Amino acid sequence: MVAKKGGNRGVVGEDAEEELKRDRLQAILLADSFATKFRPITLERPKVLLPLVNVPMIDYTLAWLESAGVEEVFVFCCAHSKQVIDYLKNSKWFGQPNFSVSTIESHNSMSAGDALRLIYERHVISGDFILVTGDTVSNMPLTLALKEHKERRRKDNNAVMTIVITQSKPSSITNQSRLGMEELFMAIDPDTKQLLYYEDKANDLKGTISLDKGLLMDKTSISLHNDKQDCYIDICSPEVLSLFTDNFDYQHLRRHFVKGLLVDDIMGYKIFTHEIHSSYAARIDNYRGYDTISKDIIQRWTYPLVPDVQFFGNCATKLERRGMYRASEVGLSRSAQIGPFTVIGNGTSIGSNTEISDSVVGEGCIIGSNVSIEGCYIWNNVTIEDGCKLKHAIVCDGVIMKSGAGLEPGVVLSFKVVVGQQFTVPAYSKVSLLQQPVKQDSDEELEYADNSRGVIGIPSNSNTPEKLNQQFSTKLSDSHRQTVSEVGNGGVGFIWSLGEGGHEEEWRHSVAPIPADRLVEISKTATDELEISNRDGNVLPPSGELEPDSVDNDSDEDIRDDYAYFEKEVEATFLRAVHENVTEDHVILEVNSLRLSYNLTSTDCASALFYSMMKLALDTPHDTPGELVKNFATAITKWQKLLKYYLTSIDEEIEVILKFEEMCLESTKEYSPLFVQVLHLLYDKDVIQEEAILNWAAEKEEADESDKLFLKQAEKFIQWLNEASEEED
Amino acid sequence: MPDVNSLVNEFLIKLKKRKIEGSKATAKLTAELLRSFISQKRLPHTNQAGALIDAVKAVGEELIDANPVELAVGNIVRRVLHIIREEDLSLTTAAVGGLSLSAESDNEDDVDQGDHPALSAAAVAAAARSTLRPPSLQTLLEDMPHSTAVPQPSSSGGDSEGKSKSADKNSMTRKLKHNVIEAVNELIQDISTCHELIAEQAVEHIHQNEVILTLGSSRTVTEFLCAAKEKKRSFRVFVAEGAPRYQGHALAKELAARGLQTTVITDSAVFAMISRVNMVIVGAHAVMANGGVIAPVGLNMVALAAQRHAVPFVVLAWGSQVLPCYVVLLCNQAELTISIEKMLAYGNILCPLYPHNPEVLLNELKSPSELLDFGEFSDCLDFGCGSGSPLLHVVNPAFDYVPPNLVSLFITDTGGHNPSYMYRLLADYYSADDLVVRRRSTS
Repeated sequence: MVAKKGGNRGVVGEDAEEELKRDRLQAILLADSFATKFRPITLERPKVLLPLVNVPMIDYTLAWLESAGVEEVFVFCCAHSKQVIDYLKNSKWFGQPNFSVSTIESHNSMSAGDALRLIYERHVISGDFILVTGDTVSNMPLTLALKEHKERRRKDNNAVMTIVITQSKPSSITNQSRLGMEELFMAIDPDTKQLLYYEDKANDLKGTISLDKGLLMDKTSISLHNDKQDCYIDICSPEVLSLFTDNFDYQHLRRHFVKGLLVDDIMGYKIFTHEIHSSYAARIDNYRGYDTISKDIIQRWTYPLVPDVQFFGNCATKLERRGMYRASEVGLSRSAQIGPFTVIGNGTSIGSNTEISDSVVGEGCIIGSNVSIEGCYIWNNVTIEDGCKLKHAIVCDGVIMKSGAGLEPGVVLSFKVVVGQQFTVPAYSKVSLLQQPVKQDSDEELEYADNSRGVIGIPSNSNTPEKLNQQFSTKLSDSHRQTVSEVGNGGVGFIWSLGEGGHEEEWRHSVAPIPADRLVEISKTATDELEISNRDGNVLPPSGELEPDSVDNDSDEDIRDDYAYFEKEVEATFLRAVHENVTEDHVILEVNSLRLSYNLTSTDCASALFYSMMKLALDTPHDTPGELVKNFATAITKWQKLLKYYLTSIDEEIEVILKFEEMCLESTKEYSPLFVQVLHLLYDKDVIQEEAILNWAAEKEEADESDKLFLKQAEKFIQWLNEASEEED
Repeated sequence: MPDVNSLVNEFLIKLKKRKIEGSKATAKLTAELLRSFISQKRLPHTNQAGALIDAVKAVGEELIDANPVELAVGNIVRRVLHIIREEDLSLTTAAVGGLSLSAESDNEDDVDQGDHPALSAAAVAAAARSTLRPPSLQTLLEDMPHSTAVPQPSSSGGDSEGKSKSADKNSMTRKLKHNVIEAVNELIQDISTCHELIAEQAVEHIHQNEVILTLGSSRTVTEFLCAAKEKKRSFRVFVAEGAPRYQGHALAKELAARGLQTTVITDSAVFAMISRVNMVIVGAHAVMANGGVIAPVGLNMVALAAQRHAVPFVVLAWGSQVLPCYVVLLCNQAELTISIEKMLAYGNILCPLYPHNPEVLLNELKSPSELLDFGEFSDCLDFGCGSGSPLLHVVNPAFDYVPPNLVSLFITDTGGHNPSYMYRLLADYYSADDLVVRRRSTS
């Protein structure tokens, strides 16, 4: 009730119009992660129905939404939609007072984008809504976030989305967060909390991230974070749905939608962040996240969504000493040792001298004697015979482990697998009754790889393991046609070959903690890499990229840096034009686009182009200064049109002269004795008008003596010009 | 009916999700729920009281299971059951008593006068059993004539008088329900006014220029202190802030606003300050039959400090907080779990409260985020490295158990009581048969 009252309070004080407009608070729950991280388990059961501390994940999400004051939830089901709908029908979620749950079924949605487009077509969302996935565990109150969102909306109609973030520092060694997700870089405006930059694939960038320079121009300050975690809880305005429909290529919520909005400055849509501090919010993305969040739940961070509170439909469990949760009917042998932070489900029996620690054991399991279980997640109706050893593994429903079998860290046993006697399943292997699907084209977007999910479903009863085995063996050689399967004598199941990342990456996302030697190894390679990058430190980063630390620099320096980059780019463009005979029009186009992207003026273009030409002349082989001038003359003759394009007024011409002067002083000293000759040449070629030179001279009259070096050189020339103009008069 | 069912369900869900907090709020809501439940319950023509009791028991069982830690729920259910029994009793006595009293009254008077002590004891026991009324002080002293008059009609389920007085039946049906609802209304009234009754006694306990120490915040304590202030007593209050919820801050604010000299101290400064304190006054979550107190966390420490310095430790409690069971603290300080002893020795009747499970955790472990910000400490909770088991544990128990020997006095709405007297109060509030709300618990 507390949260509900709070929810109403959030609205009180807003004007009556708003009150009228606001009807029920709605939420969209995507009961499909559109990913394959939980394979092979998710081939048989949708991810949202996988038990998390003996309660299906979707119950956590729904219970939280209900307590946070959401009144209407649309559950979008895609993969295994029938299972999800059946589950919800049999649960008590339908027919709750003040909390309506309805399902939207789809068979051909392949991404979150598709799902939202479908929901948009249904016209069920009437106002601001919460967008979550069915694997979210949270106890955060939505009141404050909603209020902030609504207030922003009233001031600025373009604030379409608020994403919830929380603090979580990624490990410095593995560069992944505690939930097993990759390091996330976000730039946030510290005053308005506006999200300016979002990069969750930072590992690909090899330690550099690039920020749009425009951000630094508009904002007085930006804070760049790598210690935040995205909770994947979004408060969205209805526009979000129509945006997905308008941009039919948006698939992923973050990779496409958020980044798309951040880059697109035409529509001006803004995304804001809401940081939570004490309350808990996390999404289960991979096996490591599953492990971490399970432990958080057992440690009660998610209160009241903890095992001993019957927040929904879960059976009565009591919290006993040392953080051990035990359901009411557990057959526990006297000599069994149940360690701390362990959950034992209803109807489970445990034999003598069995040791269990840091584990979750589901309902109706039969665990023999002398079994050791450490850090495992054992689901329902699992049989573990005497003398088995399990370490950091996930064991799904109906698995049978024959006596003496063992699981090394990181193993996942999918439904109804049988592990043979005395067989030890090697570390990080995934065992399933279903064969590993033929490897799809390795599209980087994992979420597309899963097209066939909806069709696969559960194997029908006729498709017994034996039959599958047969298919498997016929496909392969006859040598496999034996009773000894891949998982030991009398075992049933296929060991999947390792996924895309290969064995190297398997440890990152498994339930098992990262072995210490592995950590040492990584930190060693990391320091090596660092040394290499330090050695390469002098080389300028590729165009358009900024070292993250340069964000702290003064904006003045930034602009200068920008100009340097710009000059380089223009030079490269120009050289390409020279060598590949690109027409002037195209060069102008390219330079113009560069100018826009660096936000510079056409004056800068002129001086940059001039610089490039000088450089070109300088780089052409020459012996005497005379030859150099000749080189320059040919270059300028050829490209004067291009230069002229940017020299629209006297000011720009003066700028070019100043640039030339600067070059003579600094970068290309070869030109300094030739100053007058070049100037004359420019005058002759009509690149620079007489007036500009005279203005430059007049301007320089007042400068310091040291600056007058070139003025003195050009004295005669200027005098001549003056006389010539007088004569004309 | 569906209306009530949905009400019950809603309340159950709230209880399960821990959305109702505080013993008083819970008690009031429970009483109100039971009132509407009773008012909508259709009763059969025979054995109404029995039917009603069964129905209420069924609901009560669900309610208690929803949150076994919130003892007020169970207490209110027992109170309501007790009310039903009493009303039934008074009705039947009114109906039949008029006829039979004359015959038996002489005997009863004799018993009261103690002429036949042996007989009287047996009679009392029989009466107590048959009328389902426990031998409370009141029963023993006042209600004797009535209660002993009833055994025959009530045990036969009221059918004897049903035949003879069928005309009366309809009126009785309505009357029983009406009376019960009236009495429940009274109970609700009591719950809301108990503060005042307790606060009225404030002047008797707080004297001029005294220093009072309290911990956390309790409505009862606030009212109690303010009542003394209103009576022109001038005294000072030390408020221990009551980590991790810091309700003491709110209390200090309110007391200061009402013009009381208030000093806020940290919980850890209690021992240092206790020597300057004249009396400790605290509220309670529940009071056990043995006089022990389940109280907000930190109070055991305060009680021990008070004992060390011989400062009176006074607990304010209202009737329905008294829990009909003994509690034994089974485990060490670190775990802070409280278990209810399997058996309750009450007179010579043994009352198992949770017969199937001897160890019941009575403590609620709240979210660790009340102590620490999760985000800040998430680094320490990375399970990806090392052995995979967390190195940082945060325990946040909600309650402490203060044993009876540390409590100097209970102030309830009926006056001040010694801890050893608390079990006597039970008889006034509860019927012995209801101590086990669970039906068929023995089977």
